[in-house]
Amino acid sequence: MPNIVVLVKRVPDTNARIVVNGDRVDLSAVKWVISPYDEFAIETALQHKEAAGGSVTALTLGPAAADKVLKDAKAIGVDEITRVWDDSWGELDSNGIQSALADAIGQIGGEVVYCGKTAADTGAGSTGPGIAERLGWASVSNVSDVAFDGGIIATAPAEGGAAKVAVSGNAVITCDKGSIKVRKPNVKGIMMAKRAQVNVISAAVPAASVTVVSQSPPPAKPAGKKYEGGDSAAEVASLLRDEANVI
Amino acid sequence: MSESIIIAETSKGAVAPVTAELVSAAIAMGTTPTIIVPCTDSSIADNAGFEGAGRTIAVKGGCFENYDASSWAAAIDAAAPAGTLLAAATPQSKDLLARVAARRGLAVVQDVVAINGSNLTSPIYSGKAMQTVALSGDAAVSVRANIFPAANASGADVSVVDQSGDVATAVQEIIARASARLDVAEANIIISGGRGMGSPDNFSHLERIADVLGAAVGASRAAVDTWDDIPHSMQVGQTGKTVNPNLYIAVGISGAIQHLAGMRSSKYIVAINKDADAPIFAHADYGIVATWEETLPVLESALSAMMA
Ligand SMILES: Cc1cc2nc3c(=O)[nH]c(=O)nc-3n(C[C@H](O)[C@H](O)[C@H](O)COP(=O)(O)OP(=O)(O)OC[C@H]3O[C@@H](n4cnc5c(N)ncnc54)[C@H](O)[C@@H]3O)c2cc1C
Ligand SMILES: Nc1ncnc2c1ncn2[C@@H]1O[C@H](COP(=O)(O)O)[C@@H](O)[C@H]1O
Repeated sequence: MPNIVVLVKRVPDTNARIVVNGDRVDLSAVKWVISPYDEFAIETALQHKEAAGGSVTALTLGPAAADKVLKDAKAIGVDEITRVWDDSWGELDSNGIQSALADAIGQIGGEVVYCGKTAADTGAGSTGPGIAERLGWASVSNVSDVAFDGGIIATAPAEGGAAKVAVSGNAVITCDKGSIKVRKPNVKGIMMAKRAQVNVISAAVPAASVTVVSQSPPPAKPAGKKYEGGDSAAEVASLLRDEANVI
Repeated sequence: MSESIIIAETSKGAVAPVTAELVSAAIAMGTTPTIIVPCTDSSIADNAGFEGAGRTIAVKGGCFENYDASSWAAAIDAAAPAGTLLAAATPQSKDLLARVAARRGLAVVQDVVAINGSNLTSPIYSGKAMQTVALSGDAAVSVRANIFPAANASGADVSVVDQSGDVATAVQEIIARASARLDVAEANIIISGGRGMGSPDNFSHLERIADVLGAAVGASRAAVDTWDDIPHSMQVGQTGKTVNPNLYIAVGISGAIQHLAGMRSSKYIVAINKDADAPIFAHADYGIVATWEETLPVLESALSAMMA
């Protein structure tokens, strides 16, 4: 019966206004949520457990404030919640984050990992495949659907459409939105989550080789041209050719 | 950090044009790139020579038949020299790059849109802010398309390396896309419809314009959620695809922050919306305040005349 791990990251609500103060983003006023694709990862992990048995551990890397997203995951139905962190860590680059998460997955004894295809803050999509490589596992990314038929059969984009790929052995699956509906926490789940204990563990991380220099608002776009009425489409078409040179 | 390695983007059995843009990005980082071409037939590497680039290595192996992240990463890692890795910021290449980077213990910087020596800039928070990072050694870097100029082609100095890896996933079935139309993630021009299109049947008006322009058809989440005929694969935005085309035409789309997250970095944006206060107009280079019913026929005939 598989020991299933799902990665959940705490990120600003995607509706939040992102303010820059000086040369850093100021997140002091934002509301924090589970990164949207991680919700699909949680749902897929729970479906895997329902099909094959075992247990689901939600794992996050972050300071104590990240306990909230673990409790949210618990309310949805995961069995265990674990946070990996060490106050001595400085700024972590992707190498550090992946090393710590891979180490934590080893400590948990995870055999299959679900995570989001990209986190809402970084938009990177590096963590899932990077962890799989460190663990020496298979990985399938941007998965829109998973079937559990003995092993895992994942549907992922492929040239010209999508491919159904069978994965045997340990694997990391990064989840896209797809067609699955995510379940909501119920009252019992919320009560259980309140009392749930977060296991806090540490891990070794390599020194960072990428450091943040500055953060800034996106470059302002010069005001565009605005027209009234459908007939102006003819003029816009000419401008697309002669001014913008895009057609 | 004077060595770099470009993992060539391949598509439909050929080296994709964005690879030439990666050469310019590598040069902007002060490096001379070696081009790695993963392939099953090394002749595709003959077109992978560029002014300013070094040699080209065709990495030929059975594993490159279908995408399998672990075997591709192992084969490329074995064949590529040390240095900073560059790849195109497409979903598959970002994934591959992250695996090769992890094999080498390199940090990854994805979706780079500006390079200043070893300082790299990419969007964060879905483009609501930009972040510049400094590299203090070799790294793995993916670069968005349509930002750097394409390097000129030149004769390729190709060496072929036979190298495969253990394939960890088995393709059981390929599900072809229902329509032969381009995917939004691959298109240079996208025309998208939102809830303002009124019904999924009305997307045929967008398809006709897409045919004229060789464009892909996209959709807002409201359109995808409201109509079963509009698949999620067409969705642009936070929980859909992030696109970076030369031209994005938004029709009957209000311009919610989560939609903008997926398309705001498009080079040119056209908005067609009957509500003059729709937020999309703040991001449009060309805005047309009108219904699509009165606008699209004019647009289609003007474009048809121009493209004829
Ligand atoms: C976590 C989260 C993730 C999300 N992810 C995405 C995402 O990935 N992509 C996405 O698109 N949205 C996403 N959304 C939804 C987003 O907030 C908006 O609800 C959605 O983008 C609205 O789609 P729309 O503009 O088509 O519809 P509406 O907001 O209903 O706008 C319709 C527009 O059509 C115009 N209109 C109506 N009739 C006509 C006509 N005849 N001619 C011309 N114009 C007309 C109207 O003036 C209006 O501006 C997400 C939301 C959340 C909370
Ligand atoms: N600090 C973290 N804690 C837990 N999970 C994470 C963390 N960072 C990334 N992940 C997981 O990896 C996914 C992709 O993140 P990224 O590579 O940053 O786009 C996220 O959706 C999460 O599932």
